Amino acid sequence: MGNSVKIRRFRRCPRISHLFLVKGIINHPMKALSIQNLKKTYNNGFQALKGVDLEVDSGDFFALLGPNGAGKSTIIGIISSLVTKSSGSVTVFGHDLDKASGQAKCCIGLVPQEVNFNQFETVKNVVLIQAGYYGIPRKQAMAQAEHCLKQMDLWDKRDTVSRRLSGGMKRRLMIARAMVHQPRLLILDEPTAGVDIEIRRSMWQMMQEVNQQGTTIILTTHYLEEAESLCRNIAIINDGQIIEKSAMNSLLNRIHIDHFVLDIAQPLAVAPVIEGFGIELVDSHWLHVAVPKSQGLNRLFEELSRLGISVMSLKNKSNRLEQLFIDLVQ
Amino acid sequence: MNNSVAFRTILYKEIRRFTRIWPQTLLPPAITTALYFLIFGKLIGERIGAVHGVSYMDYIVPGVILMSVISHSYSNVVSSFYSTKFQHHIEELLVSPVPNWVILSGYVCGGIARGVMVGAVVAAISMLFTQVTVLNWPITLTVLILTSTLFALAGFINAVFADSFDDISIIPNFVLTPLSYLGGVFYSLAMLPPIWQIIAQGNPILYMINAFRFGLIGVTDVDIALAFQMTAGFILFLSGLSLFLLHKGIGIKN
Repeated sequence: MGNSVKIRRFRRCPRISHLFLVKGIINHPMKALSIQNLKKTYNNGFQALKGVDLEVDSGDFFALLGPNGAGKSTIIGIISSLVTKSSGSVTVFGHDLDKASGQAKCCIGLVPQEVNFNQFETVKNVVLIQAGYYGIPRKQAMAQAEHCLKQMDLWDKRDTVSRRLSGGMKRRLMIARAMVHQPRLLILDEPTAGVDIEIRRSMWQMMQEVNQQGTTIILTTHYLEEAESLCRNIAIINDGQIIEKSAMNSLLNRIHIDHFVLDIAQPLAVAPVIEGFGIELVDSHWLHVAVPKSQGLNRLFEELSRLGISVMSLKNKSNRLEQLFIDLVQ
Repeated sequence: MNNSVAFRTILYKEIRRFTRIWPQTLLPPAITTALYFLIFGKLIGERIGAVHGVSYMDYIVPGVILMSVISHSYSNVVSSFYSTKFQHHIEELLVSPVPNWVILSGYVCGGIARGVMVGAVVAAISMLFTQVTVLNWPITLTVLILTSTLFALAGFINAVFADSFDDISIIPNFVLTPLSYLGGVFYSLAMLPPIWQIIAQGNPILYMINAFRFGLIGVTDVDIALAFQMTAGFILFLSGLSLFLLHKGIGIKN
């Protein structure tokens, strides 16, 4: 066996050991998640999902995006058995959620949007109780809880009653809890919502580490910068249907126009007109410029210099994925 | 999946919950019982005299114990499971591979544990006022376990359907307490007018209290075999209903 082949034995669920090839001869032998024609109509008649088909490769870092009410949380609820589907099928690592729900559930770790642990329990007990639900014996659960809490930088808080944790710590505790049974598929439903940028960035790092260790991650988020920087593949859902599904790179490559805001040295009364570019005056010192990829920035700067306009600085008007997202869901 | 670990986890969590708040769960029945014995047993009971050949104080001991067991096994499960729903940490159970029967067993055994523990506290208090000894241990313990199981199951179903904290107090206040008081805790069926004797026989708690009284002091107004059959029948019915509700996710899943 060459050095490039790494074989890791994952004890993913009690009494279920998986020989799982992360890199090497066989890459990702099966789909982490396979959803077919999934439909959900709530009791009030609202059709949240209108026949969703979705596949996520094993080992992927996958973004599921969509506006509020698009159906993201319903999909996640059905995968994690919190919502009853109306029809369709869900398979997790080859285990059908209807026919082999125990095995399928063993593969899944869920980090929900809202805090849902018992806030009267200590940090350690929150994780240990979850381990117990997965049938992990106490001694092994203690070791795994320690590992997960250390990984989430919460070990020092292990005896703190969980309601006393800060918002960011509560989020990390939910990740530690979801990781304690070593799931093969980790579902993160807006894990960084409402946390400050420093904690968000540290959580991104943690998520990347978890993914690099072989865990498939499905991420929903409203921070599109987060999805763009973390995820390799993406699906966009709107009005209960998947409207886009592709690799992140190929999706971003479809953007033909970049939008920039230029800070100009001298005040202007009207926007300059340059053929091939859409230029608007934001105020006397700021210009909004739409730059087609076919034109490029060099020509823009040449033309501006020719007109005697000096540019002090420039910035992207918005995140690239954000532009695409808005175009797709509108 | 190791179901015994999951079961022990739920049971341990449940026992920790009610022992951690013992001033709310274990202390009140001790005080209430002492008042019952003082007022009904000592002050009023001496004027009533013997019932079925035993002193009135001895006669009410089994009923008072079982009344506490009924209310606490019920309230433990209904409040715990509803709180779990209300605070959304029921989701921890639903996403995990714990089978429904293990979830139900864990919560019901938690209710039994509290019922039995409260029963022991009430029995200890009663020893301060009477000298009742257990006449038939197997019958006494069987009735104790079956009754607490039955009302723990009933509490579970109440919690499943409850949408607010008001909903978990309606049944205990307006159904369980009246049925317990009218279930022969403080009187024998023979003391009632004939028409009320017939009506009282429609109260299932009457059978459980009399079966427990038979185990403790050897006195009963009802057929013991019928009491056991009735209790077992209710347990089977409520267990089936609880598992059906869990399977369908009624009141739990969206």
